[in-house]
Amino acid sequence: MRVSRTALIGLPILIALPLIVHLLFGGSEKYYLHLLIQILIWSFIYTGWSLMGRFGLTSLGHGAFTGIGAYATVLLWNYAGLTPWLGVPVAMVIAVVVALLVGYPCFHMRITGHYFALLTLALTEFIRLCIVGLRDYTGGSLGTQPRRYGDGVSLYAMQFEPDRVLSYYIVLTLWLVGLYIWWRVDRSMDRFALDAASQDEEAAASVGINVTREKLKVTAISAAMCALGGAIYGQYQMYIGPDTIAGLSVSLNIVFACIAGGLWVMLGPTVGAVFTQVLSEVLRVSMQSSVTLQALFGSAVLALDTLIYGLLLILFIIYMPKGILGALLEKREKTSSAPTPPSRAVLR
Amino acid sequence: MLELSDIDAGYGGFQALFGISMSVQPGEVVAVIGSNGAGKTTLLRVISGLLPASSGAMSMEGVSLRQTPPHRIIETGIAHVPEGRRLFPRLSVESNLKIGAFIPAARKKFEERLAFVYELFPRLKERRAQLAGTLSGGEQQMCAIARALMSGPKLVLLDEPSMGLAPVIVAQVFDLVRRIRREGYTVLIVEQNVRQVLKIADRAYLLEVGRIKASEPAAELVASDEIRKAYMGI
Ligand SMILES: Nc1ncnc2c1ncn2[C@@H]1O[C@H](COP(=O)(O)OP(=O)(O)O)[C@@H](O)[C@H]1O
Ligand SMILES: [Mg+2]
Repeated sequence: MRVSRTALIGLPILIALPLIVHLLFGGSEKYYLHLLIQILIWSFIYTGWSLMGRFGLTSLGHGAFTGIGAYATVLLWNYAGLTPWLGVPVAMVIAVVVALLVGYPCFHMRITGHYFALLTLALTEFIRLCIVGLRDYTGGSLGTQPRRYGDGVSLYAMQFEPDRVLSYYIVLTLWLVGLYIWWRVDRSMDRFALDAASQDEEAAASVGINVTREKLKVTAISAAMCALGGAIYGQYQMYIGPDTIAGLSVSLNIVFACIAGGLWVMLGPTVGAVFTQVLSEVLRVSMQSSVTLQALFGSAVLALDTLIYGLLLILFIIYMPKGILGALLEKREKTSSAPTPPSRAVLR
Repeated sequence: MLELSDIDAGYGGFQALFGISMSVQPGEVVAVIGSNGAGKTTLLRVISGLLPASSGAMSMEGVSLRQTPPHRIIETGIAHVPEGRRLFPRLSVESNLKIGAFIPAARKKFEERLAFVYELFPRLKERRAQLAGTLSGGEQQMCAIARALMSGPKLVLLDEPSMGLAPVIVAQVFDLVRRIRREGYTVLIVEQNVRQVLKIADRAYLLEVGRIKASEPAAELVASDEIRKAYMGI
């Protein structure tokens, strides 16, 4: 009920948002649309990660999958002339194969917790090194761009960035698809199985859950989503770099945002994306335009926003372990007298 | 029903079971007794596939179970109630039962079996919405047995159901075992509480440091001086 009422009000607002932005911020609507688009793409990526993260599979490897998505798509287009309509699926398949190759031994040997995080971190670093190493094609640490196809919007080349409103609707659709996938997984028996396995693997195996297979399934979905998100990000930005869409910083941002927003609720990762994107943007703008701060710290002011951002995240993790949305919903549940079905309430 | 012959098993380089041969006939309650570290838990884990045997043969109703993963073994009708109960503590009682019916064949019969285990254990029905981790020890054991029954087994493996429970509760737990036997389940039970388990078992195997030392009708084991001295403190 709660979700559907939210959807009933929220969806029309989201659809009308470009118009609202146009009316409110006439002059700088491009900037605000850009911010919204970024939030939606990252929300989709974060939602993909949370499919695994909520079951205690804390992957630091998803920066590899977004990187594979973005780079494979762009390289196939630039060097093989393959339209992203085929390039994106190919990129997703590559990401899934890599995910399964790393996931299978991990899950089979019951590697969890810190070891899993470290192993997946190594994957991220490996992919980043590959990107930097193949600098003749990838542009190394400077990054590269998809070759422009004509001047404006191109369906064939999947280039939509010149039209911000169109871009907004594309990523809005993407985001909705992400929520739909989350919802399907949440309702499935696999969710139950993974929940059980995250609490006690041996017991889960003893009731007939093929734990390795269940984990691989959700890993594949998660990697595919992140690859798709990475690819769309590249197509929208018309630039990909090893630090903006691949690598450890992306992996860490994903984890931070999901934890900040709330891992166990559908819109948690989205709230995390809104929070982290808006926060870093506000900090960046205010720090860099403040004369007092510049006088005080000189050029170090450029790093100040990242510093505060990191500090706030630490505070969040300590004081709001269920995330912003998780904590809010919990509060509402406590105050509202409406009885919720116990099994659902318990699982959230 | 269940046949084991010459099973060896262990952990890495450490061998815990040596040439175990045993059998369970339909309708029986068979006990495996032995002191701490004898290999009782290891034996049940081998039977349910959680630990692959390193050699030997095993079959359930004529179907060979060698190198069969746990999710296939459960489909042959073997359900394992692990040592220490191992419920999913942060899931409700009913969710635990739902997961007990995870295998495809059991999912279809979920409603029917849920009604059956609630009838068998009315206490669980009262506590259906409670988190499994907050149940009392005896209730947890009840829930663990019920979860195993949800897969629709023929043979139930029970690993020390009385472990860590107060004496009064222990008696209740053995009563549960009698009840599921009356429902027609075959039971293979592993226990250190020899005195109690021999009261409900038809036959018993004595396991000592990974080897079967004796295999006799329960009544004869009860009468044996050696057993009385070593395991029942009489
Ligand atoms: N996971 C394990 N790794 C290594 N050794 C184990 C493991 N589990 C049990 N053992 C060893 O195997 C032997 C049998 O243990 P177990 O089957 O648990 O005995 P019991 O259930 O009869 O108390 C013991 O010596 C124990 O130390
Ligand atoms: Mg034991």
